[in-house]
Amino acid sequence: MTPVMALGLSLIAGTVVFYLLGYPPLQSLYAFFISPISDLYGVCELLVKASPLAMIAVGLSMGFRANVWNIGAEGQLTVGALFGSALVIYFPESNNILMLPAMLILGILGGMAWASIPAFLKTRFNTNEILTSLLLVYVAILLLSTLVHGPWRDPAGYNFPQSVLFQNVAILPVIVPGTRLHLGTIFALLAILTGWILISRTLAGFQVRVSGMAPQAARYTGVRSNLMIWCVLLGAGGLAGLAGIIEITGLIGQVQPIISPGYGFSAIIVAFLGRLHPVGILFASLVLALSYLGGEFVQIKLGLPLGIAGVFQGMLLFFLLSCDILIHYRIEIRKTSISGSARST
Amino acid sequence: MAAITTVELILLTVVSAATPLLLAATGELVVEKSGILNLGVEGMMLVGAVSAFIAMLTTGSWALGIVAGAAAGVIMSMLFGVLTLFFLANQVASGLALTLFGIGISSLLGIPFIGLPIDKLPSLDVPVLGDIPIFGPLIFEQDFLIYFSVLMVVVVHFFLFRTRAGLVLRAVGESHDAAHSIGYSVIRIRFFAVMFGGAMAGLGGAFLSLSYTPMWVEQMTAGRGWIALALVVFATWKPGRVLIGAYLFGAVTIFQLHLQGFGVQIPGQVLSMLPYLVTILVLVLISRNASRVKLSAPACLGQIFHSNT
Repeated sequence: MTPVMALGLSLIAGTVVFYLLGYPPLQSLYAFFISPISDLYGVCELLVKASPLAMIAVGLSMGFRANVWNIGAEGQLTVGALFGSALVIYFPESNNILMLPAMLILGILGGMAWASIPAFLKTRFNTNEILTSLLLVYVAILLLSTLVHGPWRDPAGYNFPQSVLFQNVAILPVIVPGTRLHLGTIFALLAILTGWILISRTLAGFQVRVSGMAPQAARYTGVRSNLMIWCVLLGAGGLAGLAGIIEITGLIGQVQPIISPGYGFSAIIVAFLGRLHPVGILFASLVLALSYLGGEFVQIKLGLPLGIAGVFQGMLLFFLLSCDILIHYRIEIRKTSISGSARST
Repeated sequence: MAAITTVELILLTVVSAATPLLLAATGELVVEKSGILNLGVEGMMLVGAVSAFIAMLTTGSWALGIVAGAAAGVIMSMLFGVLTLFFLANQVASGLALTLFGIGISSLLGIPFIGLPIDKLPSLDVPVLGDIPIFGPLIFEQDFLIYFSVLMVVVVHFFLFRTRAGLVLRAVGESHDAAHSIGYSVIRIRFFAVMFGGAMAGLGGAFLSLSYTPMWVEQMTAGRGWIALALVVFATWKPGRVLIGAYLFGAVTIFQLHLQGFGVQIPGQVLSMLPYLVTILVLVLISRNASRVKLSAPACLGQIFHSNT
């Protein structure tokens, strides 16, 4: 129930923000949340944005459950996109139909490679994965910038920092004609399904859950914590990398200085809003996708700044975290003071 | 002011590149000493930067700009404090939320102000002493926030290790249950520590938008909040070492900028990676020795405190 409650509170707070900014609150809310998805094209756009969010969040949620805080998915996404795109850049004439599958696999490997750095440093040198994974985001984005401004720049592109446009064999097929909904959405659904089976039906999933809730019990029963760290980081990195190359092959069609509008960070909110459960993540990704879509919509319709989407996402996470107290503690009202009684779950 | 030589200029820029890190890291050190891990430094710095810039531009007063930066940081940190101390939310997740929220709200507030120029925070200008070669400008011709940042390192060190209140704060961070059982209000002490961290992060942001690059650009902190967090680990939670660490990073930042300026045959973006890579390297070197980190880190860092009364 708490995610719904948090959503409701964010809507109320959002209304206040619109009012304070001097825009008609109800009309703005309508423009933010309803109009973008009032036709088929809009719904497909929603799914296009929800897919990478869900895919990354499923991977991250495994780590969060095991107390491994990978917050560098944005970097893993970027490097995955670069690995996959490298194939087109170096074989621009190829019409081999294996091109696309190879790119997707390279994307996964790229994300894994980037995530393996914090995994190695954590397991070998005991280095905090929160800081290393995040700092690597900046390195990844600078790497992308180096490539598009330098060796990967399209020579016929009037000096714009862009690569060549990808050939047809390197483009993900659209699954609903007339929209931009591409095959990547199916991959996202598969990721959710796999995540669900893994976490609720397998021993590995159980071990992930135990490592997070009771690390000592896990060690005692023979869970190798270093192996666990490697697995959850590589899994999350691979999914983020796949999401990155899907953004390139499904939507953008070339390498640009900006590949993702912060999906790697928003996926953290998705994971929490979905209560770290794959099914919850499915719904949460739709909510966050709507916040992106609504943000773009009010920017065009009402001239509101795009930053409003970020504000809404931040508020959502705040309310969600503060509502969590209702799950972990029972509030009792006493004569003297209000305090939570100890009934930890 | 006398003409400034290259050496003096380099030293001056190292100091100003280090100052935002020093301010934010000193604040975060106190927060972590009280047992709280606030990962929202980046967000607090951004909101501090934009608020200071707006206040300065609209009122024309340096003092008000600086105060607004600190106040904005405090307000942000209070959000975090309420979440983690009263609603007992997970500190890692709340800190991330604070950063994401800070990025959003600062870009929203700053839109009308992007690219507007202001004058740089004025520097002190001591007539004769400032003319001493090399060290003159470095010591006698800086702006207020630079002196303040160094002063705060001394103040924080004195407070933590030479006063009773500092001892209590450290006790709360080492064992909140013990501190609670002898009658100290763990929540209140931590809330004040979190607010101090917010003020310092806000000042770090204010220094960026008022002095370092006197303008507002979206996400202008560029990861400095995270580097500040790493600095606290690097310093093994000792204020003096935060100072050394911050100046070291200032030196790395300026070194790569000068390399870019001298037209070295390496793309600028690759050189810009240096501060981040050096941070990672330093973190690895420090944390390699697991027992050292365990011994220096506050024992209750990141744990939720809940009294069963």
